[in-house]
Amino acid sequence: MIIAEGKPLVEVAGLIKDAKKVLVVGCGGCVTVCLAGGEKETGILAAELRLLRKKEGNPLETVEVTLTRQCDPEYVEMLNKYVTDDVDVIVSLACGVGVQFLAERYNKWVVPALNTKFAGGTVAHGVWEERCGLCGECILYKTGGICPIIRCSKSILNGPCGGSQGGKCEVNPETPCAWQLIYDRMQALGKLELLMEIQPPKDWSKSRDGGPRKVVREDVTIDG
Amino acid sequence: MADFEPKIIAFCCFYCAYSAADLAGSMRLQYPANIRVIEMPCSGKTDIRVLLEAFEDGADGVYVLGCMEGDCHFLKGNFRAKRRVREAKKILDEIGIGGERLEMYNLSAAMGPRFAEIAREFTDHIRKLGPSPVKLKPGTATEKAPTGQ
Repeated sequence: MIIAEGKPLVEVAGLIKDAKKVLVVGCGGCVTVCLAGGEKETGILAAELRLLRKKEGNPLETVEVTLTRQCDPEYVEMLNKYVTDDVDVIVSLACGVGVQFLAERYNKWVVPALNTKFAGGTVAHGVWEERCGLCGECILYKTGGICPIIRCSKSILNGPCGGSQGGKCEVNPETPCAWQLIYDRMQALGKLELLMEIQPPKDWSKSRDGGPRKVVREDVTIDG
Repeated sequence: MADFEPKIIAFCCFYCAYSAADLAGSMRLQYPANIRVIEMPCSGKTDIRVLLEAFEDGADGVYVLGCMEGDCHFLKGNFRAKRRVREAKKILDEIGIGGERLEMYNLSAAMGPRFAEIAREFTDHIRKLGPSPVKLKPGTATEKAPTGQ
C-alpha cells in the first residue's frame, strides 16, 4: 500500500488560514490502513483545526467526508453534494494521487494534509517499511524476493558494495544490507548459483526516467 | 477569576472508576460538583477525537480514569488509553490549550476515597490554570457527513 503520514498541524492550519469553511476529505484506501487519512484521522484533524481556530477567535466550519477511495472517479464524484459554493478549501487526507484527483475534478483550492512517503507494508503495529521502488520492471525473481532497487541504498544490481559491514548498510548502520539479505536467502534456498549471473544495467526508461507512466488494459476499457 | 467554576469531564472505565464513583457515593464522600462523569466500557475506548471535542464543547479540563496497570479487564485497554492521552496532550500543547488540562489516572473499583481525592486534586489544578482559552472565544458550527458510500 501507499504509506503516508500527517503533516504537522500548524502547517495544515497555515494552508487554510483564510478559509471559513473547509471540506475535510478522508480516504478509505491505503491511508486508512496506515492510519494516516481514514475516517478516524479525518475526524481528529477536523477537531484539531476547529479547536485551533476557535482558540484564535476565528471559528472554522468543517464538513467531514470519507470516500471509499480518492483515486477512482466514481468514488470522487460522491463528493459532489458536499462541494458547495461556500466551501473555501478542500483538505485531502489521501496520498498525492487523491489530492490530484480532487483538484482535477473540482474548481476549488485543494490542499494535502498528508506527506506521501512510499510503497510499503506494516512490519509491526504502528511501524511501516518501504518495500517497493515502483521501478516498472520487477526483478524479485532474481533476488530471492528481496528488492535491491529499494532496499539497497545504492539500488545496485550486482551487490553487495564495499560498504556492507557486518550485514549492515554503510549509509545507515540500522539498515540491513539488502545484498546480505539476498545472499543469506539464496543460500538458504540452495539457489546461490543464480547470483553468479552478472546483471546488465537496468532499463530505467520503465521507471520515472520515462516521464509520468500510464497503464492501459484494452480488455477492460469501456470507451473507444 | 475568583468565582471561576471549571467544567471538567471525567471519562471513567466501567470496571474501576465508575464503580469507584459509586462507592464514593455510598461512602458519602464529598467531591466537587464540577466533575461530569462519562462511563466507558473500558479506558481503551478513549478516543483522541472525543477528548479534543470535549475541549471544543467547553470543558476546562478532562481526565481519563482507567484500571491499575496490569489489571485491565481487557488486558491492555488502560495502556492504550495512556498512549492516546499522551498523544492528545501533545496536540493540546500544539494548539495552545495546554496538555496539562488533560490527565490520566489509574485506580481500582475499591478506591472510592481515591476517586474523590482525584476529583478534588484535578479541580484545584484546573481552577489554578483558569478557564480554557477556547471558552473565551465565540462558538463554531460543525457537520459530520456519513462515510461516503
